[in-house]
Amino acid sequence: MFDTANLTKLIFGRLTLESLPLHEPIIVGTFAMVALGGLALLGALTYFRLWGYLWKEWFTTVDHKRIGIMYMVLGIVMLLRGFADALMMRLQQAIAFNGSEGYLNSHHYDQVFTAHGVIMIFFVAMPLVTGLMNYVVPLQIGARDVSFPFLNNFSFWMTTAGAVLVMCSLFVGEFARTGWLAYPPLSNLSYSPDVGVDYYIWALQVAGVGTLLSGVNLICTIVKMRAPGMTMMKMPVFTWTSLCTNVLIVASFPVLTAVLALLSLDRYVGTNFFTNDFGGDPMMYVNLIWIWGHPEVYILILPAFGIFSEVTSTFSGKRLFGYTSMVYATVVITILSYLVWLHHFFTMGSGASVNSFFGITTMIISIPTGAKMFNWLFTMYRGRIRFELPMMWTVAFMLTFVIGGMTGVLLAVPPADFVLHNSLFLVAHFHNVIIGGVLFGLFAGIAYWFPKAFGFKLDPFWGKMSFWFWTVGFYFAFMPLYVLGLMGVTRRLRTFDDPSLQIWFIIAGIGAFMILLGIASFLIQIAVSVLRREQLVDTTGDPWDARTLEWATSSPPPAYNFAFTPVIHDNDAWWDMKRRGYVRPLTGFKAIHMPSNSGTGVILAGLSTTMAFGLIWYMWWMAAGSFAALLAVAIGHTFNYHRSFHIPADEVVSVERARTELLAAGAKS
Amino acid sequence: MTIAAGTMKAGEPVFYVVDEHDHPEGSSTMLGFWIYLMSDCLIFAILFAVYGVLGTKYAAGPAPKDLFDLSLVAVNTSFLLLSSLTYGFAMLSMQQNRVGAMQAWLVVTGLFGLAFLGIELTEFAHMIHEGATPQRSAFLSSFFTLVGTHGLHVTFGLVWLVTLMVQVKRFGLIEANRRRLVCLSMFWHFLDVIWIGVFTFVYLMGMLR
Repeated sequence: MFDTANLTKLIFGRLTLESLPLHEPIIVGTFAMVALGGLALLGALTYFRLWGYLWKEWFTTVDHKRIGIMYMVLGIVMLLRGFADALMMRLQQAIAFNGSEGYLNSHHYDQVFTAHGVIMIFFVAMPLVTGLMNYVVPLQIGARDVSFPFLNNFSFWMTTAGAVLVMCSLFVGEFARTGWLAYPPLSNLSYSPDVGVDYYIWALQVAGVGTLLSGVNLICTIVKMRAPGMTMMKMPVFTWTSLCTNVLIVASFPVLTAVLALLSLDRYVGTNFFTNDFGGDPMMYVNLIWIWGHPEVYILILPAFGIFSEVTSTFSGKRLFGYTSMVYATVVITILSYLVWLHHFFTMGSGASVNSFFGITTMIISIPTGAKMFNWLFTMYRGRIRFELPMMWTVAFMLTFVIGGMTGVLLAVPPADFVLHNSLFLVAHFHNVIIGGVLFGLFAGIAYWFPKAFGFKLDPFWGKMSFWFWTVGFYFAFMPLYVLGLMGVTRRLRTFDDPSLQIWFIIAGIGAFMILLGIASFLIQIAVSVLRREQLVDTTGDPWDARTLEWATSSPPPAYNFAFTPVIHDNDAWWDMKRRGYVRPLTGFKAIHMPSNSGTGVILAGLSTTMAFGLIWYMWWMAAGSFAALLAVAIGHTFNYHRSFHIPADEVVSVERARTELLAAGAKS
Repeated sequence: MTIAAGTMKAGEPVFYVVDEHDHPEGSSTMLGFWIYLMSDCLIFAILFAVYGVLGTKYAAGPAPKDLFDLSLVAVNTSFLLLSSLTYGFAMLSMQQNRVGAMQAWLVVTGLFGLAFLGIELTEFAHMIHEGATPQRSAFLSSFFTLVGTHGLHVTFGLVWLVTLMVQVKRFGLIEANRRRLVCLSMFWHFLDVIWIGVFTFVYLMGMLR
């Protein structure tokens, strides 16, 4: 006798038709749009026969430049999702007054604010930062690729797999309703019995593998693969900040992995790490996750500091002021970022001494950061500043970030934090530093390095539109939250009783709408630039008259980056080469040894996704099968010993000749 | 690597390497693997810290003194330490290019590893049978997780060991295989170091409480 119910349960776990959110018109509408858009995209790819090209040239690539670009695409796509969540929250909070429930029920609203935070940090900021580091660092140090090119491809696909899982939760089941760090006991099985927290855990675990490996990879690349002559203190500042960021990644992501593993044991096995009884300790989770979480915010901001350093010195036409102090400030921030985690929960009640220690260490971080700020100012001082788009973002950053930094120091005072804890003041503060610091930095970096990656500049008009909408929109969206926070409004609220607060939420909503226009302008900017690429073309490879090594090669660089490995004599290596009459070599090219492409990364990440999906829905056969396949494919991959090839000298000659002709044509016109 | 430019006059700065040779593959592997090991070490650091906080939260359940059999643990520890020693012999054989002896020492290493796992699983089974399950108290949750994670690492090391033995048999002691054997060696000794921490902090100090 076959019991159908048991069989269904065996196959589908807890996945039933009710798991599909058919009763939520907003989600059904979104799904319809995503499905239509997705079908149109897939149809177009099939129609134009692009699958083979995508698979061979992009998905399986081990070229750090292409992987970097794929990271950027992932980050920008996820930005749209994360921002849609932000707009929904702003709209809900702007209308849910005077007894109105707004348009989002609490079940949905709680998922929206959780997903917004998780997506913006893990699947927007992280991929964009990693993408820029991947693209730029090997070029800046004169290397041909990263230390472990296959691992780089695998890391990218693991990050993507995490993003796929989060997107999946929108349409199949639900996402966590716990806030972006999933504090227990709320995230324990007793209070969150649904799949939401499991989606959260597995999306972060899968993406975390990718992040950790990419951190190891970039550290090795920077330590081992610098061109001859580039001592540590001759590295470009962006490479320095990338090094520190990746050290932070390797030293903090294992903590996240461990703490999420403990949470999943609580949820799957019934252990008592973070439960309320049998000796469990929920506050330990909060401590552990912030031991990862605080370094994480420096993982995001340090590369942005590096971008601002490169941009400031390039567009001021001057060597960076205080290179050495910049490096030491970065290293000091790296170390201090581990000594401040408790400031996220002064209200835990750990006592005056402990709180003072963490309050003081937090305030100390503002010293190296302030030193950096003055270095940038002194770099600009008496420079010939060109207010191109990257420089505009940098100036906006300097103004905005200082405000965010000051509110941060304010929050570092424990008694003040007792009042402002969990309020909209805090929300305003961290958006102030993450948008005003990380995001502005990323936009500066994109505008700065886009011509390197594609051979033409971004359209300045739409770039400026995006810039003004973003900056003005930011102030409209978040200054009201400071006010509301000081008035005592706590975060994550869905409805409000006091009608006098509404005007502030409406202003914040208008600000969010302006940011929407900023994002739209950014997308239009890319489209317009592609259409106008003939006019915006850069034949020199050095459109900004820049200073570091990535500008020494063509735009876009050839697969091998540099036909001859450069030799470095100065911090601003390319500036030094230009100044001392470097002549580009035209003969003597040799075959170049390069890593081969591999599809294994895609397969491993795909299997990780199905394994995670099986674990989330208790489809044990799927999880076990995927795990077995994962192991088999990984072991099989190690039996492939032939992972490199030579680009023949003839090909190098023809690529370099094409560049010679391009340079000559550019010089004539 | 020669940093010289035929076309340039003496005294002029040299901006690129003219006569460059292929870089040997895997020149960063040792550093990369070290960094990975340190990240793994951090996972254990967290598990030790968790055990440090929760290790006395018995929830009116069994305590270390009721559960641990130190003589069994001593046998187990010696198995793991011996396996590190035999792996060292395997590496010595590798350096002398004695493939047969190396494979034999790797077999011995694997058997010691298996024995270690067998005893550990017996201990776990015994504890669970007595009602000391991971769900019973926070102490037991953190105990099983810390020791179990180490055991999982040993299991993974065994899978890796077998894979490498097959690869050495098929492809010989080529450069790539030597590099992999050294990586596994670091991994194996690392697990030994972790176990010494477990033995000291969990078992010995647990019996003192």
